[in-house]
Amino acid sequence: MAMETSFAITGKGYVIVAADTTAARSIIKMKTDEDKIKTLSPHLLMSYSGEPGDTVQFAEYVERNIRLYQIRNLYALRPSAAASWIRRALATSLRTRKPYGVNLLVGGYDTAEHNPHLYWIDYFGTMTEVPFGAHGYGAYFALSLLDRYHDPEAPLEEGLGTLKRCIDEVSKRLVVSPGKYKVKVVDKDGIREVEL
Amino acid sequence: MNTFVNRFSTTNAQSEIRRAQALAADEEDFSDSAWGSEAGFGSLAKGVPTFSVPAVADPSAFLRLHTDDHADPNCRIKIQHGTTTLAFRFKGGVIVAVDSRATAGSYVASGTVKKVIEINPYLLGTMAGGAADCQYWETYLGIHCRLHELRNRERISVSAASKYLSNLVYGYKGMGLSMGTMICGWDKTGPSVFYVDSDGTRLKGDLFSVGSGSTHAYGVLDQGYHWDLTDAEAQELGRRSIYAAGHRDAFSGNTVNLYHIKEDGWHFIGNYDVSKMHYEGPGDVPGGPGKGYGYDIRVEGRSSANPPA
Repeated sequence: MAMETSFAITGKGYVIVAADTTAARSIIKMKTDEDKIKTLSPHLLMSYSGEPGDTVQFAEYVERNIRLYQIRNLYALRPSAAASWIRRALATSLRTRKPYGVNLLVGGYDTAEHNPHLYWIDYFGTMTEVPFGAHGYGAYFALSLLDRYHDPEAPLEEGLGTLKRCIDEVSKRLVVSPGKYKVKVVDKDGIREVEL
Repeated sequence: MNTFVNRFSTTNAQSEIRRAQALAADEEDFSDSAWGSEAGFGSLAKGVPTFSVPAVADPSAFLRLHTDDHADPNCRIKIQHGTTTLAFRFKGGVIVAVDSRATAGSYVASGTVKKVIEINPYLLGTMAGGAADCQYWETYLGIHCRLHELRNRERISVSAASKYLSNLVYGYKGMGLSMGTMICGWDKTGPSVFYVDSDGTRLKGDLFSVGSGSTHAYGVLDQGYHWDLTDAEAQELGRRSIYAAGHRDAFSGNTVNLYHIKEDGWHFIGNYDVSKMHYEGPGDVPGGPGKGYGYDIRVEGRSSANPPA
């Protein structure tokens, strides 16, 4: 559902991933504190939105397979490899009788190369590495804003400020704007949740 | 044949007006004190704004058949839908900025459309939706604004002009008119902006953006807007916002037309190529960034990598 909105922004040594926390069915908000950002590994985050049911199923499938890789090989996939695997999973699914309708933002910190990575992936299996990305109706407002305000060298405080601009803009202009957002950061120290 | 039928028909709208005109002409009872108002029949007798509709049973169904509906891409008349227009009020007057792309379906029909209609030296109208509808009715509005001046020895207010237009299009509601326009100007009350659309909505406000690219424009516009903008800052914000839409919305682009309305009427500031603004910037203009607006150009040489020192 395009009613859900998620954003992600890279900055100096980090990726911020934010997703709204509403779970809606038809015109009803069923839940207002749903966490739609999964931690896939110590330095990897994934926000997911789309077809109800598919979203959590697919996210857990990815989560467990990434974990399995870690158990078998004693190290975690790097962000680019993980994103490629996830994209392939979606692309394979697209040609089945019941494809997953899930849109993703995969953000991670590459501890080997010391740089942040963000991948925008849609349910067709399109993947592209971006400095910032968004899904849902919020993208219509946020992308032009980020073209204007995003700074790849912004320190975390500034990055969170830019994210707040996006959230405020969507609340201001979108008729069916989501209420609350969950915001997570991944950097060299791992993953943590932050309050805006 | 139709004109012949109309002349002798006793049931259609034109004959209603004819009857009222005859009544007003024949009636000796109108006192001099009623002169000018013609006892409430004035508008009917002098003729309310009208135009001929197709001579078929259901004109709006006929129009729908021949204009582009999502259901029928093969239809004959394409209406220009994709656009970005914006106008905002600030300390120094009103900024009006629009793109110049006309699309017919997925085809870029023109890149040099004038989407700002110069109604008179103090009034501007913007064009979104049906190009012909906007052009025709806003020119028509200009005629009536001039008549208002001649009758009342006073310029029409922006509020009154926009209300004339909104009442006019409301009269055609449901018949296929398609327009989303901002009527902007400077009058006794200072700078003002009114949004008028073919649903009959009329809104007074400080800041509006209309068209398929409006969300993208809002994203930049809202974040940079405040009342105390300088003239240079305001012009730059208008230009930058239309650029954002031209960049992100497939149905908007080509060039930006920028106007600034001050106390002495509107001024055309300039025409700016969107691609050129992306790579080289708007050129030597007040408030300009001195380089391209494009993301890759703006952040060139900056990196998110964070190697340990």
